[in-house]
Amino acid sequence: MSRRPLVRECPPTTWYFRQPRYLRYMSREITSVFVGAYCVLLVVGLQRLSAGPAAWEAFLLGLRSADSIVFHLLALAAAVYHATTWFNATQKAMPIQIGEDFVPGNVISGAHYVAWAVLSVVILYLAGVF
Amino acid sequence: MTQMKERLVQLEVLRYNPDTDTEAHFQRYEVTCYEEGVVLDALNKIKADIDPTLNFRWSCHMAVCGSCGMMINGEPKLSCHTFLREYEGVIRVEPLAHFPIERDLVTAPDDFMEKLKRVKPYIIPKEKKPISEGEYKQTPTQLMKFRQYSMCINCMLCYAACPEYGLDPQFIGPAALTMAHRYNQDSRDAGREERQEVVATHEGVWTCTFVGACSEVCPAHVDPASALQQMKITSSIDWIVEHLIPGGKK
Ligand code: SF4
Ligand code: FES
Repeated sequence: MSRRPLVRECPPTTWYFRQPRYLRYMSREITSVFVGAYCVLLVVGLQRLSAGPAAWEAFLLGLRSADSIVFHLLALAAAVYHATTWFNATQKAMPIQIGEDFVPGNVISGAHYVAWAVLSVVILYLAGVF
Repeated sequence: MTQMKERLVQLEVLRYNPDTDTEAHFQRYEVTCYEEGVVLDALNKIKADIDPTLNFRWSCHMAVCGSCGMMINGEPKLSCHTFLREYEGVIRVEPLAHFPIERDLVTAPDDFMEKLKRVKPYIIPKEKKPISEGEYKQTPTQLMKFRQYSMCINCMLCYAACPEYGLDPQFIGPAALTMAHRYNQDSRDAGREERQEVVATHEGVWTCTFVGACSEVCPAHVDPASALQQMKITSSIDWIVEHLIPGGKK
């Protein structure tokens, strides 16, 4: 008897609707669009700064527009979602074994949150907020 | 003895007969099972009482042999480990996704077997010693380094969960790559460099985008996603040493 297995293709453009966990994965991937867009905005800001005070002032005025504030809120939410899901994943990528035991995963993820908080304070300090 | 409670179960099972069909189709069955029963029990009841032509694989009925994997309401599961009482309404049973269907719920595991072979899933000692010299010793600490990754029962649920494997069948995939990691982490093994030829390639760990579905569905808590991410890190370090550090190896 010959074999005649039936192959079912994985739909290349709609596969992520198949399971909620795929949608979760895609939503995380999409956050990088906002993070990328924000980086572009920073580069544009630098370019405006180098173009002189008038250009810089106009740039700052633009940042205060309603559209810009909405974008910043979205980008912030995306960056926080991206960062927290990444921190939660670090315990898988970097397990630490001490003797026969492993350091609990939440300690590894927790250390990332602490580092995040410390670095944020340092940056705010350098920016003259305190 | 107290009477065991029973429940009426409706199953929608994907059928495919390679001798007569060109497409698969769903067939609806209704059986009475014990309240405590699992999906595999319902399938066995169908086969015994209603339709002897229904095909599916199983052996141990205790989540050990890894042969009863199928999609249950779209989720890769061991059917011997999936309780009927957790479902309301019709339960949809399909063969494992991403594998060719041999017949009904039976899939062809050939691709996985080939890939498993390619990662050399056995100890490759630095130098073979004669039996007279005794065993290769290992401390509990050295054992714990890989123990979790040695618990795989080869059920292939992780392949059915992995969209990357579904989209790119060249991908070596979660369980086989995890097996490479398991041996790489073993203090008795010196075969990492040989395995890297498969692991540190596009078909190897670099097809993985860390969806993480493999670890979520794994019934043996192997956590393949963790093994793959660790191998990405060590492979990247290899690359840095080789290309960016003067006097690095090779
Ligand atoms: S890693 Fe888990 S899901 Fe994958 S084959 Fe092994 S036991 Fe099954
Ligand atoms: S029958 Fe062995 S794992 Fe289910």
